[in-house]
Amino acid sequence: MTAIDTDTSANIDRSAMKISDEVAIEVTGMNKWFGSFHVLRDINLTVYRGERIVICGPSGSGKSTMIRCINRLEEHQQGKIIVDGTELSSDIKNIDKIRSEVGMCFQHFNLFPHLTILENCTLAPMWVRKTPKREAEQTAMHYLEKVKIPDQANKYPGQLSGGQQQRVAIARSLCMKPRIMLFDEPTSALDPEMIKEVLDTMIELAEEGMTMLCVTHEMGFAQAVANRVIFMDQGQIVEQNEPKEFFNNPQSDRTKLFLSQILGH
Amino acid sequence: MSAISEPQAEGFRLSQLIYDTRYRSITIQTVALILIVAGVWWLVSNTIQNLEALGRDFDFGFLGQPAGYDINQLLIEYDSQSTHGRAAVVGILNTLLVAFIGCITATVIGTIAGVLRLSKNWIVARLVAVYVEGFRNVPLLLWIVLIFAIVSESTPHPRDFAGGEASMLFNSIAITRQGTWTPAPVWGDGSLALVIIFILSIVAIIGFRMFARRRQEATGEILPVLWISLGLLILPSLIAYFILGGPVTLDYPETGRFRFEGGLLVRNSLIALWLALSLYTGSFIAENVRGGILAVSGGQTEAASALGLRPGRTMNLVVLPQAMRVIVPPLISQYLNLTKNSSLAIAVGYMDARATLGGITINQTGRELEGMLLLGLFYLIVSLAIASVGNFYNASVKLKER
Repeated sequence: MTAIDTDTSANIDRSAMKISDEVAIEVTGMNKWFGSFHVLRDINLTVYRGERIVICGPSGSGKSTMIRCINRLEEHQQGKIIVDGTELSSDIKNIDKIRSEVGMCFQHFNLFPHLTILENCTLAPMWVRKTPKREAEQTAMHYLEKVKIPDQANKYPGQLSGGQQQRVAIARSLCMKPRIMLFDEPTSALDPEMIKEVLDTMIELAEEGMTMLCVTHEMGFAQAVANRVIFMDQGQIVEQNEPKEFFNNPQSDRTKLFLSQILGH
Repeated sequence: MSAISEPQAEGFRLSQLIYDTRYRSITIQTVALILIVAGVWWLVSNTIQNLEALGRDFDFGFLGQPAGYDINQLLIEYDSQSTHGRAAVVGILNTLLVAFIGCITATVIGTIAGVLRLSKNWIVARLVAVYVEGFRNVPLLLWIVLIFAIVSESTPHPRDFAGGEASMLFNSIAITRQGTWTPAPVWGDGSLALVIIFILSIVAIIGFRMFARRRQEATGEILPVLWISLGLLILPSLIAYFILGGPVTLDYPETGRFRFEGGLLVRNSLIALWLALSLYTGSFIAENVRGGILAVSGGQTEAASALGLRPGRTMNLVVLPQAMRVIVPPLISQYLNLTKNSSLAIAVGYMDARATLGGITINQTGRELEGMLLLGLFYLIVSLAIASVGNFYNASVKLKER
């Protein structure tokens, strides 16, 4: 086993980074199989409130599957996931509670094409949080302003560029006032000039102290915002460290190989 | 500047009519128009010439003459002394009846089968696959004849009920080889008030739904719309029924010596045609429904789940509105098919428009040209009416892009 002790998170000086001691997500001994394929092997991860974590690794390493387990888009078969003090079990109430605390953005945005931008943002607050329409719209406009597209509120997703759609997707998640945000390769489907506008939005979010888990290959983003980088390979967390250490002094050979491949060009 | 934007002054050459995109379409349309006009003129003049050669005229007067034949299923009053025009209306109503109930049951069967074919349960999915592939790959005419044979050969004769060899379902429904006798409603005093109350409760449901939406927008509270709607649909009419002292009674069929007295006879021809049309068209609709649901990407459901929406809400608010856009256009086309396919009624002696106006009337009067034109016009109007409803729906749910 080349896996380094998964509890290196404890070594990071959190007080220097204004991260609280409060645990946001705790994953212990998680295992998952797709049929006979062992996709996640013994994952242990503790995320503190306010942490910004970037998860990287070669494709098929289980990065997306891992964060999708955190809001139960995928079911884990072994181990324990505790989000905000609620254990993720097959209990529907727990799943509902966790999903309303955890926002998620997808690679392909997954906006609802039959609803306007504003309706996309008010749908869940109205039907899950039971917010009155006017209030939901005010919240939606607030977050649309934050992602700098309030003027597109009455358009449909198909009328927006990819970067704008991803920013709407972020605003849509924020409208549920989540305490944790998950990003699943949010910039992978975007043209280069649109990646920046989405990353800027995410950086702004990070500066406000949002707990974030982000699967991405944007190493610039990792260096700028993350306080921890996790490297996964073959369903395992191989290495995790502060960005500076991670990039300058990678420990395992697999991490070195991966970094040389993505930073080498 | 001007050298680029202005076309070069050049003489018009005849070859431009074919090779120049500016004139090409005009040329093609002109040629097509000439061909169509010539074709129509040829058909019409040919018909007129042939009619003259046969010494016949073109006249719809036969519609006013007495028909002189009986029709076995009547939705309006009719006897053999009525006119051919009235016989045509009886047939048209019979066509509309079987098309209407056929469309409803085909939609129900198709929706259920379409959803079940996507089931993770292997046996259910296979069984539905067998149904779908079996029905849509065998001609409809065979199914109509087969189902007619089954319902009329495997059921008891009406006289068996008098002899006690067969018994009625719930003492009120008799399934026989001539048809099914069911209780008939008798509209007594006060039934008008009951009907009005029923209509009012439907209006109340619409009103309540609007109220529930406004209330949610104002306060965020979500009312149980489905249950209250169901209650509103049933309860007021039920209470009124008892207060009015049961104005609507049922006339139960009584066993007679050879057939039943009273009740309502639903003929096997209608049952066979209705079942065959529903099952056949339902198998096509099942595929439309399956395709429509598959067309909504899994990402939509995931995004809705990630936002905390429960599966039922996700289906209603996210998946169905998108799936309907894919399902409805081919569904409308299946309704058109079913309506026109109902003319296969001839195979089991169901008296539809084709059998009265397009069958016996033409045979008796010899007005096949007029009769067929009227029949074609009827199917055309019905089809266009269904299609325009579909187009209206499509226009209202079209996705905006750009």
